[in-house]
Amino acid sequence: MSTDQKEFDVLVAGGGQAGIIAAIVAAEKGARTCVLEGAPRTHRGGNTRHTRNLRPMHVGPLSVLSGTYDEEEYWDDLMRVTKGKTNEHLARMTLRKSTEAVGWLEERGVQFQPPLGGTLHLGRTNAFFMGGGKQLLNALYRHAEKLGIEIHYDAMVEDIEFEDGHFKNVTISDGRIFAAKSFVAAAGGFEANIEWLKEGWGEIAENFLIRGTPYNKGGLLKLLLNNGAQKIGEPDQCHAVAIDGRAPKYDGGICTRVDCVSLGVVVNKNAERFYDEGEDFWPKRYAIWGRLVAGQPDQVAHVIIDDKAIGSFMPPVFPAETADTIPELARKIGLDPTVLETTINDYNAAVQPGEFDHTELDGVHTDGLEVNKTNWARTIDKAPFRAYCLRPGITFTYLGVEVTDQAQMKMADGRLAPNVFAAGEIMAGNVLGQGYLAGIGMTIGNIFGRIAGSEAADHALNR
Amino acid sequence: MRLTDKVEEAARVLTICNACRYCEGHCAVFQAMELRLEFNADNLDYMANLCHNCGACYHNCQYAPPHEFNLNVPAAMAELRQENYGIFAWPGFMGKLFANNGLWVSLLSILVIAGFFLMTSMKAGENFMLAHENGFYGVLSHNDLAAIFGLVGGFVALALLMSVIKFWKTMQLGNPLALDWGRVLQGVKDALTLKYLDGGNGQGCSYPNETPSMARRWFHQLTFWGFMLCFAATSVGTVMHYGFAMEAPYDFITLPKILGTLGGLGLLIGPAGLLGIKVGATADVKGKSNKGMDVTFLMLLFFTSLSGLVLMFVSKTVYVGPVLSLHLGIVMTLFLSMPYGKFVHGFYRLIALIAFAVEKQRHKPVVGTE
Repeated sequence: MSTDQKEFDVLVAGGGQAGIIAAIVAAEKGARTCVLEGAPRTHRGGNTRHTRNLRPMHVGPLSVLSGTYDEEEYWDDLMRVTKGKTNEHLARMTLRKSTEAVGWLEERGVQFQPPLGGTLHLGRTNAFFMGGGKQLLNALYRHAEKLGIEIHYDAMVEDIEFEDGHFKNVTISDGRIFAAKSFVAAAGGFEANIEWLKEGWGEIAENFLIRGTPYNKGGLLKLLLNNGAQKIGEPDQCHAVAIDGRAPKYDGGICTRVDCVSLGVVVNKNAERFYDEGEDFWPKRYAIWGRLVAGQPDQVAHVIIDDKAIGSFMPPVFPAETADTIPELARKIGLDPTVLETTINDYNAAVQPGEFDHTELDGVHTDGLEVNKTNWARTIDKAPFRAYCLRPGITFTYLGVEVTDQAQMKMADGRLAPNVFAAGEIMAGNVLGQGYLAGIGMTIGNIFGRIAGSEAADHALNR
Repeated sequence: MRLTDKVEEAARVLTICNACRYCEGHCAVFQAMELRLEFNADNLDYMANLCHNCGACYHNCQYAPPHEFNLNVPAAMAELRQENYGIFAWPGFMGKLFANNGLWVSLLSILVIAGFFLMTSMKAGENFMLAHENGFYGVLSHNDLAAIFGLVGGFVALALLMSVIKFWKTMQLGNPLALDWGRVLQGVKDALTLKYLDGGNGQGCSYPNETPSMARRWFHQLTFWGFMLCFAATSVGTVMHYGFAMEAPYDFITLPKILGTLGGLGLLIGPAGLLGIKVGATADVKGKSNKGMDVTFLMLLFFTSLSGLVLMFVSKTVYVGPVLSLHLGIVMTLFLSMPYGKFVHGFYRLIALIAFAVEKQRHKPVVGTE
C-alpha cells in the first residue's frame, strides 16, 4: 500500500472533453480538483483527439453556425438514428443545453472554424473545431492548468473503493491512491478492449479495427459495474463504420475512411454483392456499413470502382489496388477472378438508363438483381479499375452506466450513488442508445461534463 | 520531376492530411492541398512555399508523433523548402550552397569581413584609425563604396531575378502581365499582412509553443519593414547624392537618417525576437536541415543593423575605420548570401500566394498540373 495518498474535493477519471470540462467547472466553482488521464500526455484526451465538431441547437445564427437548428428538428434527427432508443428527458435536456456549449468553449480559448464554403456542408448543424478536437483539448488543458487543476498522465484507474455506497478513492496503475469527496467518471468506453467486444460480438471481434484511442479499455466502466452501477445499453452496440482494411489496428482516426462506396459496388470475400450501395447519401449510410461488413465472412469487403468515379470522392489515405481488367483486379485482392467478373457483368447488365447525378438521389438503379443498387448505379466498365479493402472500424461503444439529469450515477438496486457522477462516452448510451448523428457524442460529453463538474463540486463543497 | 526523400516525405504526409482535412481552416496549404488528388514535386514545392511554419497544424494534429503516422507538416515543408531553394537557385550549381547553408554563410562572413578589414586598412592607410570630418567617407570614398556594392548588387539582382523566373515557371502562372491583377493584389496583401501567421482565426500561430501567439507575426513585420526602411534610406541617399548633389554624411533630421534609424531599430528587434522564439520553439516543428540557413540569415540581419547603428554613432570618431570594415563585411555577406540563403523565401512565398489566389478563384489546381 502506497503512503502517497492525495485527497481532493473533486477527482475526475478521464481527460477527454467530458472529463477536462468537468474538472474546469469544478475548479471554477472553487473545488480542489484533480484529473487522472490514462494516456500519456501526447495521447491525452481519449477519442476527443479524433473528433471534429459538436452539434448545438440554435435558433438563428450562432457563432460559426448559420440559420436555425431548433429543438424539434434536432429531436427528429435523434429519433431517426436511435429509433427511439433514448431517454427523452435526458436527450431533450442535452439538446436545449447544447446552445450554450459553443460560447462556453470559446470563453475558455477553444477556437471554432468559420465556414470555408468548400468541403464543409454542415455549417448549419455542426460547429467545427479549428484544427480538430486536439485544438479543443489543448485549449482546455491550458485553461485547466491556469486554474491550478492537478493533471496526472499515464494515470489509468485500476481499482476503486466504495464505503457504504460512497466513493472513497481510486488506485492508479503505479499504485498511488487518490481520494476525493466526489468523483466524476469520464473515462470513455471499452472499444479498445477486444476481449470485452467479443462478449457482444463473438470471435469476429478479433477482426475489428479500432478507430479511436487505444486507451479506452473500459477499465473504469467495468469497476463501476462490478460495484453495483446500473448498466445501460448492450455490449454489441457501438459506432461501427466501414474503414480501409489497411488502417492501423488502433488510433487510425478520421483519415481511414473510404468514401466511394456509393460510387461503386461492394463485394465480400466470395466476390458477391450483399447490400444496396446506393441506398442513401454516404454520410447518412456510412455508420451502417461497419455492421454490414462485420456480418460478412472474415469481416472483410472490397469496394470496386472504375475510372469514372475518380475525383468524385475524398482521396483515401491508402492507395487503391489498380488493374486494367476485373479478373486481374480480383487476383490482386485475393478474390476469385471468374466470380468477380460474373458479379460485375451481372451488375452492369442490370443497370438501367438514367441521368447520373451524385449530388442528389438520382434514382439511377439496377433491375432484376438479388441485391439491387437503387441510386447512382453506373456500369463499372472504364479501366483502370480500383479496389479498396473494407473492415469494420469501431469508433465508440454505447454500453455504459445510467445517470440522472444531474449526471449522478444510478445503482442497480435503484438508489443513487451520492458522490459519483458520470460524463461522456461512459454514459452516452443514456441519450444515444444506438445509431449515430455527427457531433452528438461531443455534445453529450460537453453537456454532461459541465453538469457532472458542477454537481460534483457542489457535493464536495456542501452547497 | 524530381523524387527525393524530402519530396517523398512531403507527399506521404500530405496524402494523410488530404484524407483528414481537419486543418483546412488554418492556412492556404490545406486549401491548396484539397484541390489535388495526388502530389508531385511541383505542387509540393508550391505548398511548401505557402507554408509559413506557424506550427498550428502540428500541435493540433491527431497523427503527430508518437502516433505511427508520424505526421509533422511544418517540418516536412521546412525541409522541402530548404531543398527547393537550391533547385531554383541561379546559376544552378550554386544551389548546392543550401545544403549546409549555415556553415557556408558563416565561413563567407569571416572571409568577407576579414577582406574588408584588409582592403579598407590598405586603401585608407593611416586614415583607417583617424577621425574624419566627413565620417566614414574619410576612410572609404563614396565612389569606391558605390562601385563595390553596385557591382555585387547587380549580380545579386540578376541571380534573384533568374531564380524568381524559374520559380514562376514552375508555378505555371504564365505571362505575368496577363494575370488578373485582383488576384495579384490579393497575393501581395496576404504576403504583406502575413495572413497565414494568424492561425486561421486571427489569434496567432502556435509558435513558439501550442498557445496561439502574435509574437512571430509582429517580429516578422518589424524585420520586414525594418529591412524595407533601411533599403529606402539607401535609395533616398543615392537619389540625394546623384540627383541633388547632397552628399553624406547627413544630419540626424534628414530622410535617410530617419528612415535608416527606424529601419535599423526594426531590424534589431525583429530578428532578435524571431531568433528568441525560434530557440524556444518546440524542436519538432522547425525542421532539421534548414536550421543553419534560418539562423544565419537572422544573425546577418541583426548584425547588419547593430553594426550600422554603431557606425552611425562612431562615424566621427577614431573607431570609424574598424567599425566601417565590420559593417561593410556583414552587409556584403548579407548581399552575397541573398540569392543563396533564407532571403529568397520572400519572393517564393509571394509568388506562391499569388498562385493560391488564382487557384482559389478558379476552384481548380494550376500548379503541378502539367
